[in-house]
Amino acid sequence: MLYFTRWRALGIILTALIVCLCAVPNFFPEATVKTWPAWAQRRLVLGLDLQGGSYLLLEVDSNYVKKERLDQIRDDVRRTLRDAKIGFTGGVTVRNDAAEVRITKETDVQPALAKLRELSQPLGGLMGSSGQRDLEVSDAGGGVIRLGIPQAAMLDRMRKTIEQSIQIVERRVNELGTVEPVIQRQGNDRILVQVPGLQDPTRLKELLGKTAKMEFRMVDTSVPPDQAQQGRLPPESELLMSASPPPTPYVVKKQVLVAGGDLTDAQASFDQRTGEPVVSFKFNTSGARKFAQATQENVGLPFAIVLDNKVISAPVIREPITGGQGQISGNFTVQSANDLAILLRAGALPAPLTVVEERTVGPGLGQDSIEKGELAAYVGSILVIIFMLLTYRLFGVFANIAVAINVAMIFGLLSLLNATLTLPGIAGIVLTVGIAVDSNVLIYERIREELRGGRNAISAIDAGFKRALATILDSNITTFIAAAVLFYIGTGPVRGFAVTLGIGIITTVFTAFTLTRLIVAWWVRWKRPQSVPI
Amino acid sequence: MTHTVLIGLGVLIAILTVVAALGLLPSLRIVPDNTHFDFTRFRRISFPISAALSIVAITLFFTHGLNLGIDFKGGTLLEVKARSGTADIAAMRTKLDALGLGEVQLQQFGGPENVLIRVAEQPGGDAAQQAALQKLRGALGDSVDIQRTEVLGPRVAGELLAYGMLGLMLAIVAILIYLWFRFEWQFALGAMIANVHDIVLTIGFMSISQVDFDLTSIAALLTILGYSLNDTVVIYDRIREMLRRYKKMPMPQLLNESINSTLSRSIITHVTVTLALLALLLFGGHAIHSFTAVMMFGVVLVGTYTSIFIAAPILIYLGVGEHREDAPETATPAKKNKA
Repeated sequence: MLYFTRWRALGIILTALIVCLCAVPNFFPEATVKTWPAWAQRRLVLGLDLQGGSYLLLEVDSNYVKKERLDQIRDDVRRTLRDAKIGFTGGVTVRNDAAEVRITKETDVQPALAKLRELSQPLGGLMGSSGQRDLEVSDAGGGVIRLGIPQAAMLDRMRKTIEQSIQIVERRVNELGTVEPVIQRQGNDRILVQVPGLQDPTRLKELLGKTAKMEFRMVDTSVPPDQAQQGRLPPESELLMSASPPPTPYVVKKQVLVAGGDLTDAQASFDQRTGEPVVSFKFNTSGARKFAQATQENVGLPFAIVLDNKVISAPVIREPITGGQGQISGNFTVQSANDLAILLRAGALPAPLTVVEERTVGPGLGQDSIEKGELAAYVGSILVIIFMLLTYRLFGVFANIAVAINVAMIFGLLSLLNATLTLPGIAGIVLTVGIAVDSNVLIYERIREELRGGRNAISAIDAGFKRALATILDSNITTFIAAAVLFYIGTGPVRGFAVTLGIGIITTVFTAFTLTRLIVAWWVRWKRPQSVPI
Repeated sequence: MTHTVLIGLGVLIAILTVVAALGLLPSLRIVPDNTHFDFTRFRRISFPISAALSIVAITLFFTHGLNLGIDFKGGTLLEVKARSGTADIAAMRTKLDALGLGEVQLQQFGGPENVLIRVAEQPGGDAAQQAALQKLRGALGDSVDIQRTEVLGPRVAGELLAYGMLGLMLAIVAILIYLWFRFEWQFALGAMIANVHDIVLTIGFMSISQVDFDLTSIAALLTILGYSLNDTVVIYDRIREMLRRYKKMPMPQLLNESINSTLSRSIITHVTVTLALLALLLFGGHAIHSFTAVMMFGVVLVGTYTSIFIAAPILIYLGVGEHREDAPETATPAKKNKA
């Protein structure tokens, strides 16, 4: 137990040294570290509870995604049957997660089924090999054809929706000019957004809370809004409210002239004549062509600029707009014009997002937590160190050296893993100091016992290590299991605790098995002790 | 001021280290060598006490309940700090009560300038929580700085609670399986009874002190679990060793010897962990106060007691070490490990 080959000793020291050195980048300012080679840049990341910032968990509305898809199926069914000149009665109904259509003539059912089956696409595009399709077309009997969305198709659609949403969220968050935001998918329908340093997420939530579906549509002038409100609404139009107060109703045609997807750029600026904030935009070629054509045909009529089913403004077309660019005015403030420009540039979200969890910590509180955590760590370590010195004297010195290296290695490993340090994480390190010395206590108490049992110094030390190490391993694995479970179930600060606790156990076992033994072995070789001062 | 104290303590450590290295320090023995306490006989007192305390804890849990924190209950939490002077809680309460958000709890937190504001979950799903937050922010105005905000919708809160409970169960089962592999099943069962005892008593403590039961409490519970088992495993290791060595020693005596020979280690480790937790409790700030308070209770008051007075003596009832003389090969837990 007390004999180490030269190479083994060297290996142990080198390992400990390298792991400790990994902590070095944390002691330099971030700007300095940035100039170092990439492999040397790994460092601890402070959790949001320590550096301040916002954590948002957003949920994609899966019902909305399903409804959108069903509406799309309904339109497809109508078009297909009309094109094939197959009569149906009662329209296409959407219920029970499926679209249903009743074919008028019994003889038309088979041809209709064949036609509608063409709507169904294999999942995963051409490369899809699962054999699953995105639509289930079946004969429900009595002339009714049912078009349902299979589970796999819905999951696939949700996955794509999330992917798209993440891209849009990323663009919108980046527009805020924040430093190193984290945007990740979580589970089947959630997106996690972490923005360090953001103290008030109100504006971020406003930006993320809008779908930003932008449409240019004609105003229906055949019916005045107040009559339409009483139910005399033409079937090809709908009633929309104004975006700015007071809510004013508009009758707007359902047909979309140009959609937001055709925009290539949007900027907040000031109107040259009135000086009020406006958003100027540019269309791509096809958008410009469509817009030019629409404005040519409708000179003198009002059109509506619709954002998320609310009318921003409804200007009258004075002359055809052929240049592919224009500006939107609509009672904007500088901020709201800016936000709209951001939303238009970033693009529309495929489905609305809801904030289901929000946690924000101000930088002041974070700094306070760091200071308190540091103080507690110092005081805790000092108390433990003094106690060990008083209890075990020279061997207490050995234990303290081992614990110091242990803590340095914890920081090294945390840096190497780019782990996040949280306030409970600091608590985990302090607790590790308390628990780490336990391995030394186990060994030393065993040595004391073996001495009492009548062994000579060296044999007692040897037996003490041999017997205690197995116990150390056994007892630490239980705590490690708890830490692993905690890591799995926890989020944010709690996960930070699990990480430091788990890493602390690994370094503790390492130091007990190698460094403490090595130090004692050296001392034994140097002193050749007749008695153990323990 | 704190820095001077820290530097002073650092110097003290340096001096002590030198003195200790030179061998000039007297030896401090917290626990005398060769103790012979009859711990197993004490089981006739400790078992009924533990059973009674467990019943009290369970009763408390059902009558008082746990003070579910925002993590598990949903709702809104704000930590605010008055811009100048102390926070006027009464004035704040009138302002916030007028918002019609149901019961608004205000509580001084840390210093007199800090206030913790809690609003229960609003009916109407996730969007309603966000609307409530906006109202609160508006009503608080410029007189305070908002230090911390937490808003949880009903579903996320429900999921977190389910996850937390699942985690706790998972940890117990995983540890149980591990112990079953390393020891005999009686040891695993004994450790689990001790485990559940720890958790039940700690939950009773949380119920009586009404600290927030949230994700950090689960972390505290898991740590207590790990730590208490750590202690138990050390004693079990020794019992296993003794069983192998003394085939004819009566079980109560064997258990006593095992506990007594590891007693010094138990106490010393206990002191070091207590010192570390004490530092966290006194200096770690209010953000982790309830976290460390729960751990202090579980580790310092319950964990070690359980290992000595429950986990070890219970092995008698589980039939460990019976019939050793008749069939030592099968009854001795002879696994590969030679602790």
